[in-house]
Amino acid sequence: MFGLDKKDTRLLLLVAVLVALAPFILNPFPEGSGMAQFNAGYPDLMQRFVIFGIFAIGFNILFGLTGYLSFGHAAFLGVGSYAAIWMMKLLTMNVIPAVIVSVIVAGIFSLAVGWISLRRSGIYFSILTLAFAQMSYSLAYSVLTPITGGETGLQPKVNDARILDGALTDGATPKANLFGLEMGSSIEWSVGNWLFTFNAGYYVAAIVMLLAFYLSIRIFRSPFGMMLRAVKSNQQRLNYTGLNAKPYTLAAFVISGMYAGLAGGLMVAMDTQVGAERMFWTASGEVVLMSILGGVGTLIGPVLGAGAIKYMENILSKINSDILHTWFAFLPDGLEDFVVTLIYPFIGKGWHLTLGLIFMLVVIFLPGGLVEGGQRVARLFGRKKKSTDTPDGKTTPAE
Amino acid sequence: MSKMNLTRRGVLKTGAIAGAGVAAPTIFTAQSAAAFTNEPTGSSVTLGFNVPQTGPYADEGADELRAYELAVEHLNGGGDGGLMNTFSSKALQGNGILGKKVEYVTGDTQTKSDAARASARSMIEKDGAVMITGGSSSGVAVAVQALCQEAGVIFMAGLTHSNDTTGKDKKANGFRHFFNSYMSGAALAPILANNYGTDRKAYHLTADYNWGYTTEEAVRTSTEAMGWETVAAVKTPLTQTDFSSYIAPVLQSGADVLVLNHYGGNMVNSLTNAVQFGLRDKLVNDKNFEIVVPLYSRLMAKGAGANVKGIFGSTNWHWSLQDEGSKAFVKSFGTKYGFPPSQAAHTCYVQALLYADAVERAGSFNPCAVGEALKDFEFDGMGNGPTLYRGEDHQCFKDVLVVKGKENPTSEFDLLEIVEVTPVSQVTYDASIFGGELGSCNPGA
Repeated sequence: MFGLDKKDTRLLLLVAVLVALAPFILNPFPEGSGMAQFNAGYPDLMQRFVIFGIFAIGFNILFGLTGYLSFGHAAFLGVGSYAAIWMMKLLTMNVIPAVIVSVIVAGIFSLAVGWISLRRSGIYFSILTLAFAQMSYSLAYSVLTPITGGETGLQPKVNDARILDGALTDGATPKANLFGLEMGSSIEWSVGNWLFTFNAGYYVAAIVMLLAFYLSIRIFRSPFGMMLRAVKSNQQRLNYTGLNAKPYTLAAFVISGMYAGLAGGLMVAMDTQVGAERMFWTASGEVVLMSILGGVGTLIGPVLGAGAIKYMENILSKINSDILHTWFAFLPDGLEDFVVTLIYPFIGKGWHLTLGLIFMLVVIFLPGGLVEGGQRVARLFGRKKKSTDTPDGKTTPAE
Repeated sequence: MSKMNLTRRGVLKTGAIAGAGVAAPTIFTAQSAAAFTNEPTGSSVTLGFNVPQTGPYADEGADELRAYELAVEHLNGGGDGGLMNTFSSKALQGNGILGKKVEYVTGDTQTKSDAARASARSMIEKDGAVMITGGSSSGVAVAVQALCQEAGVIFMAGLTHSNDTTGKDKKANGFRHFFNSYMSGAALAPILANNYGTDRKAYHLTADYNWGYTTEEAVRTSTEAMGWETVAAVKTPLTQTDFSSYIAPVLQSGADVLVLNHYGGNMVNSLTNAVQFGLRDKLVNDKNFEIVVPLYSRLMAKGAGANVKGIFGSTNWHWSLQDEGSKAFVKSFGTKYGFPPSQAAHTCYVQALLYADAVERAGSFNPCAVGEALKDFEFDGMGNGPTLYRGEDHQCFKDVLVVKGKENPTSEFDLLEIVEVTPVSQVTYDASIFGGELGSCNPGA
């Protein structure tokens, strides 16, 4: 279907089903129970899952296929966001122009950055992109304050121009919408103690994410994707065969920059605000972590990695000592305090520590990321059949 | 290139899914008929405490969280009641808010507006928080305030000093108790003129971001009105840790006062550098060289150590104040945690109590009713003397403290001494000077 082979179609359909049913899958625990803390099925986090999924998919096209490690992808995300918010301030609160322009602007910006950075490879390329991203961040934070709002960022205001929209009724606030369908509007469905939220913005972002995922499969399977893999495996050999690798790497760079811009535009569409921290180097590092955690070079890995990191950032960081005490209230007093003291460093403000530990474990024991973990489990329980990917059923190094 | 294989089964499947999709909205009950976002229906009410637990302002955030926990304890009738005993409004009974037990959720803003909004949204969407409070920087405050306006909940700002929070970015659902750059400038200028004379030449080092700009402008305008001259104003990157290259040109400029529009770690480093360069021992234009820090906090003074001795600045509140409210707050905070509270803790505690009190007086958690109750609300006994929550911009107006680094500190907390309490009349300004549109309150749903 859609020009994909059977295996890829199955993967695409699986992702589509997971994404469509996310409000159920992410809310497994009933409201009010102790475990409700771990529910992730609320609009903001679901939107973040798919948006950062897009960001990571795009990053993976560059890093996973060509092996070029960009440390400045957050800059494209930020540039896309700023473009989107300006569309919303000047043109209309409809998200379509905002998202389209964010992709275009991020594409142009990544073309410029890629043009310069791709003159070098390896660590020098990483440092160049990092420098560009930090430069963009510093500019947005201070010098460009008139355009970017500096520290306080940008938000749509009641008295912005918005030439395509009619005047707001008195007291109304500008809200991002898709032809009148507000991104923030939700339908809630309560079944017994469970409460499922179906958010319009989430489904819009989810559809875009599926399209982005489909496009990335097509790129992975295309001759162009094969060229990119060739760049990764041995660029020198490629050069000696008389091929110029630069147009391919630049195209990959721009495509992945546009994915980042798309993610940035969608972030603004879901939550109409931009701040310069979105471009800080830690944000660029985060997408690298997402890819590695999920599995570099695999189709689904980066999406899983993005989900895992965002889940920890939003769920673990909100557990405080009070909640721990209610969980372990059944233990005798001394023991309760002891258990809480033991767990406390890993939750709340310590969520970075937990993330770091998991990252270390994954890198050491599952170099292929969560995807490899999944494969190992599948192999453990699945039928014992020889993998058909490689002739001898083993992974052989590229050279 | 693309191949489309239409099969009977595929078409049927697609049709069924599409049909289900169309029918779905009619199955689900539309959003419940609540009058406003997150109306508390059970026996408890949830508040969201959104503070920086990691990042450059984590110290302030930790102190803010302590203050909130103390406030919740007092609101639920625990502890010694703290400021509830000295507060001029007696609406709070110590039985929660409107008889509902106060519960809270916490989040980490990371001092990033994105993270702060994500955490605030999860409090609103997942935990059902009816009010969000906290924050330790203006960027975060402005971002979260706008979010709360959209979502239809009340935002009680924590530590945010930029004019913008209740100036150009003010929102009907947002309220600030903390003072701002303008007030710092207006309070400091007369003291500086009295101590250092009216013919001084000032050199500004300004943190290169929004708060720095508004603070520099405020101090500049008010000192120039006193007859001072501004020689130069240099912007320093926020991430700068070594300011020696910025300090060296100060002496050549002929300036005799250095104004450090820096906060937190920036201020600690720049002040330390300036003192190490011996600026304060210099005689320029036959006058002693002086340093001024517009916004002081105890945590900063602690970081800069002995370098703060004799340096003027302004602060929102200090634990050594001797009014009944301050004494009560220091006592209950000290009893619980073993050390005196910072100004960040104070403003957050007061904001939580003010919100609870406004709900009691309004008789409803509806943001519009709460806003109405806070609007032009006059109160006393919260440690800052008589205070007004101005209706035009939702900014508190109260006395501002001018403080000085103590020459002989007796403990690690006793670092600042109060030079003067600048009366509120001197720091009041017209609400329209910063522009911005308050809009009307949004109850959500």
